[in-house]
Amino acid sequence: MQNPYLPYPVKIDEIITETEDKNLKTFKFVFINPADEQKFAYRAGQFAELSVTGKGEIPIGIASSPTEKGFVKFTVNKVGLVSSFLHNMKVGDVMGIRGPLGNSYPWDVLEGKNVVIIGGGFAFTTLRSSIIYMLDPVNRPKFRDINVIYGARTPGMLLYRDELAAWERRDDIHMHITVDATTDPDWKYNVGFVPTITEKKAPQADSDTYAIICGPPIMIKFTQPVLDKMGYGHDHIIMSLENRMKCGIGMCGRCNVGKEFVCKDGPVFTLAQLNTMPKEY
Amino acid sequence: MKVISIDKTEWANGIEKTKSIYRLFGPVKENTWHSFMPLGPGEQPDMAYGNSRLSPKFLVHPQTEPMFEYNLDEKQADHHVLKEIPKDVSPKAIIGIRPCDASAFLLVKRNFDTPTYKDPYWLTAYNSLTLIGYACNQPCSTCFCTTAGCGPFHEEGLDAILVDAGDRYLLKALTEKGEAYIQSAGWATSAPSDADQSIEKLKSTAEKAIASHVSTDKLRNQSTTQLYDAPFWEEIAFSCINCGTCTYSCPTCWCFDIQDENHGKCGVRMRNWDSCMYPLFSLHGTGHNPRGAKAHRVRQRFMHKLKYYVDKYDNGIQCVGCGRCIRLCPVNIDIRKVCNQMNSYDPAACVCPV
Repeated sequence: MQNPYLPYPVKIDEIITETEDKNLKTFKFVFINPADEQKFAYRAGQFAELSVTGKGEIPIGIASSPTEKGFVKFTVNKVGLVSSFLHNMKVGDVMGIRGPLGNSYPWDVLEGKNVVIIGGGFAFTTLRSSIIYMLDPVNRPKFRDINVIYGARTPGMLLYRDELAAWERRDDIHMHITVDATTDPDWKYNVGFVPTITEKKAPQADSDTYAIICGPPIMIKFTQPVLDKMGYGHDHIIMSLENRMKCGIGMCGRCNVGKEFVCKDGPVFTLAQLNTMPKEY
Repeated sequence: MKVISIDKTEWANGIEKTKSIYRLFGPVKENTWHSFMPLGPGEQPDMAYGNSRLSPKFLVHPQTEPMFEYNLDEKQADHHVLKEIPKDVSPKAIIGIRPCDASAFLLVKRNFDTPTYKDPYWLTAYNSLTLIGYACNQPCSTCFCTTAGCGPFHEEGLDAILVDAGDRYLLKALTEKGEAYIQSAGWATSAPSDADQSIEKLKSTAEKAIASHVSTDKLRNQSTTQLYDAPFWEEIAFSCINCGTCTYSCPTCWCFDIQDENHGKCGVRMRNWDSCMYPLFSLHGTGHNPRGAKAHRVRQRFMHKLKYYVDKYDNGIQCVGCGRCIRLCPVNIDIRKVCNQMNSYDPAACVCPV
């Protein structure tokens, strides 16, 4: 019997401090047993349990894309016991990764469709995975227009700034980067909250256009009415939930929303699905 | 399968014999209460008992259990790599488990044995068990098993069922495991041909003695969100002190936590029982808690057992009617009352005073 609680041993290969407040770091891991990389085959939108031996596990969205080989990447916010300890670990340290876990964004549904990605703050990790995946030369023809609305409090709080700049220069993805406010005279992108920019920049709804929203509750709360106004159907709005987790495989009982476990049946749900579930997240 | 008759004077001897093959567990009286305990040489199960205070679920899902071991010493090979801990898979038998508690294992199994994932700890422990059940001739006043998908003589989930027929026991094997246990005890006297009728008679008397019932027929068709928003949760939760006794004593509660426990440079990853009654169970790192209030947690427990489980598996409620949570609740919250309230809830008839 395969033990679903046993993490694959990994080594920290690189650590990048992403944001000016230094609270977000991206960890690049390589598998100690190369065969484990195949077993960890994942889809954009899934997550994994990062296992810091002696401290515990944390569920984190996979920030790398399935099209990137040889490593996996996670961007971790410094919050509690495990993430704080992880922030102090160094390149070469050994830990574990358990997964991939959860469903993913519905790539079979999204194929041949326009995709609007709406992200805020540090919830951009699985959205990065999705963008890299869709922009892969093999995959790009499978999708129509791709729009990305991504906001943070300040320019220095945006994740993956070099990649954002590179995507800005491409003509096969429409980037709408925004910050809540800035005093930076060189800032050449949008200023304004994500819902406002969504209203201005997002394409009008049609049956072939899907929105993926991932961000803090306050952003979701004010973006959803905007999408409603623009005519997005609730089965065309895709969201990724978070809840406290331990097992990641639908067994330990804490992350349920109604009868669904966020870890196993989610974390991705359409708004139409969420409308039938208690608001317990 | 055939019924064996065991003269009560032969009982202890047979039990003793099986100890060479099985590690035995059975009801033992400790002060006022019965508990399931290991039965060493010469120790016998106390068959004059109603039911144990805590269910024997801990024999499959221990209150605390090591999952992995590791070392944090960077000079050691494989430091920081988790290693599986060998588990005891030798045959074990529980003597005198009540039908409700055995049936509970089947309900819990749906959580731990899924098409996607199998929990190796739970399944290994469960598969190593032989369950010799003990039919309830005299149910307790809090038992409501007959309307909770179970019953005092319920056979599903047992390997053999033992019936107290006065001067002798009648023992019926229900599975090959049960058959093997009976053989190892050397009990071989076939019961008289009317044994089945005697069992039926005792069964019918016991079922009639169960005086409390729940109604569950409408739960499946209730709207989840309407039940969730029902006005009665605050009132049900009002006296609750979130002590968690109901979850720990429940044979069908399985929630657990995972923690790393270090001892110097070594350590184990443990799993421990957890409870939906505690705020830490669902507290986010941000400080947000989707079940931050006591009433949310009480609602979670009952909604899980009586609605979410019903919807998820379409196989009845996640309760066997053992009545432990009713007997042990320090503030007299009664799952029977809550179940009936949920079952009969009519949102249209509920008019809130303005």
